[in-house]
Amino acid sequence: MAAPQFRFRDDAPVAAPAVPVDAFNAETNATAVRLEPADDARALLPHLDRLQLVEVNFPGFMDGRGYSSARILRESGYTGELRAVGDIGVDQLNHLKRVGFDAIAPDTPLNPEDATRAFATWPQVYQKTVDGRTPIWALRHPQ
Amino acid sequence: MYAYDNYDQAMVDARVAEFRDQTRRRLDGSLSEEKFRPLRLQNGLYLQLHAYMLRVAVPYGTLSGAQMRVLGDIADKYDRGYGHFTTRQNIQYNWIQLKDAPDILADLAKVEMHAIQTSGNCIRNISSDQYAGATADEIIDPRPYAELLRQWSSFHPEFLHLPRKFKICVIAAETDRAAMRLHDIGIRIVRNDAGEIGCAFYVGGGMGRTPMIAPLINAFVPLDHLITYSEACLRVYNRHGRRDNKYKARIKILVHELGAEEYTRQVEEEFAHLQTQGLEPPLAELARIATHFADPAFETGLPDEIDLTNPQFAKWVKTNTATHKAPGYAIATISLKPIGGIPGDASADQIRLMADLSRDYSFDESRVTHAQNIVLPHVRKQDLYALWQKLEAAGLATANLDDITDIIACPGLDYCSLANARSIPVAQKIAERFAANDRATLLGELKLKISGCINACGHHHAGHIGILGVDRKGTENYQLLLGGSEGADTSLAQITGPGFDEDGIVEAIDRATNLYLAERAPDERFLDTYRRLGMAPFKAAIYSKEPA
Repeated sequence: MAAPQFRFRDDAPVAAPAVPVDAFNAETNATAVRLEPADDARALLPHLDRLQLVEVNFPGFMDGRGYSSARILRESGYTGELRAVGDIGVDQLNHLKRVGFDAIAPDTPLNPEDATRAFATWPQVYQKTVDGRTPIWALRHPQ
Repeated sequence: MYAYDNYDQAMVDARVAEFRDQTRRRLDGSLSEEKFRPLRLQNGLYLQLHAYMLRVAVPYGTLSGAQMRVLGDIADKYDRGYGHFTTRQNIQYNWIQLKDAPDILADLAKVEMHAIQTSGNCIRNISSDQYAGATADEIIDPRPYAELLRQWSSFHPEFLHLPRKFKICVIAAETDRAAMRLHDIGIRIVRNDAGEIGCAFYVGGGMGRTPMIAPLINAFVPLDHLITYSEACLRVYNRHGRRDNKYKARIKILVHELGAEEYTRQVEEEFAHLQTQGLEPPLAELARIATHFADPAFETGLPDEIDLTNPQFAKWVKTNTATHKAPGYAIATISLKPIGGIPGDASADQIRLMADLSRDYSFDESRVTHAQNIVLPHVRKQDLYALWQKLEAAGLATANLDDITDIIACPGLDYCSLANARSIPVAQKIAERFAANDRATLLGELKLKISGCINACGHHHAGHIGILGVDRKGTENYQLLLGGSEGADTSLAQITGPGFDEDGIVEAIDRATNLYLAERAPDERFLDTYRRLGMAPFKAAIYSKEPA
């Protein structure tokens, strides 16, 4: 498959196709899995050591469950590729990155200029998430 | 009150730039209306029956004089010379053009205001007690907690595509003036037996078509876990709230279907996990915010006596002022419910006058109430007469706080694309009927609330008397409800029976209030008499075939 339009990792993209959760559970050597919105990201936690790619599907951009799935995986120590796929527009890019996605593959390729601007929308952030950015409250009260 | 630092200002400015870019892409066609819709909603922009409507956030209802003045200027510059204060302590403008919206947001940003997340399936403006910082019955000013939550919820990347809208309210007083338990999350700041301050979390309340009173899910969340606990409540909702049916998507349905106990268990589990993530701002941040809400420099030695020789002024003082925590001061409410007017509306000139009055008489501060009025929180009693004269001259001195003419009403079919019936003309007819011969004063406290459809923006479930407009075979029909309350004794109103036409609903209220006047015990409000007698006698009076 084609490489994702946006990728913030230096390692080579995973070639293995991401399989649905049921198939992943049945195949003990699978390294790539695809989460649908209703899938429980926590079910993957026992298998983090063999996972190289988790694809999180957004069949419709209004369904925000994938944002929680991504953050849960990162909070639990997953360091492999976390790829958002599906109905993704320019205006979701920045938020996807903030919850831990390091690859984004929109169904329809996005205008690169608009995308660059979108990733740079926020000079700072109010919340601590899993993207390593220092929240404003921590900047106000340096340790 | 809170003042932005460079960080806050940069965030709001970034939002203006982002929305300007989104609007550009919409106007040049590169962004479809379907994709643009949730983006404009998260900037408060609705498409209504006649034009765009812009809803501007007033965080926890608090405004400076400069902010209030800009709200008046926007009404002149971009609308038709008036604004509409809402039940969520915001203001909305009904005649906005899309091309102007980015400029309006830029004007707002200059006075530290915005329209962020005033609509859409995200965490909305945080509401609070309009008497915060002025009333003697609060354990602490709740607004620093609301401001901390405002910053946390602004552009929160995980919670911008929730199953449905999400409303949070924070109070800290014994008396609930903000309908706290009718919110998705209601937080009451409490003190425990050890004297420590913490937060009681009520989750899963709401009005709409399935009204629910929020159950208590945690009686004491320590202050230094406020954000982490909120995050846990939201994550459980974002993951498990229903997305198959928009009418069952609010958190109240999730809490109801899981049961409060199971929902709480899931939240506590998520909370235990999130506590390992270092999400909580330090208490020093809360302390920093709290310094902005320090008491103004109240004078001491002021007189408490008020010259009540003028009977109209005396009535206004009795009805529209409340006890202040500082001697010599009063809390004054400016009614936006003139008899025959549109509830919550104010002209640009009136808005600017209120800005001036807040500067001259109330330490440059005013509040928007969920009952769609304006509060001047800190007025010297010796200034009340001068204040009243200026209000009187501007048509803003209606002495009707919490009486039957102080009606909460949604915009209804006159403006709203969701409405089934008009709300405003019904409110006007009721106010006119009960203002005549001053029956309103005789009836005392009687909260009447009107919604033009089952979405319940007019809070009809929480009215001592509630009215719900429905569409019955193409004609407007009004159902009558009795016995609701949004206060500390929160209850949901019950429907009386078959609905009425516009004149019939006024007549039915006349009959219900006549029964109250005939049956009331000393010091009983309408609500108390209703609770004592129950529905049956009211129903009999309302539907009696005898002429009234």
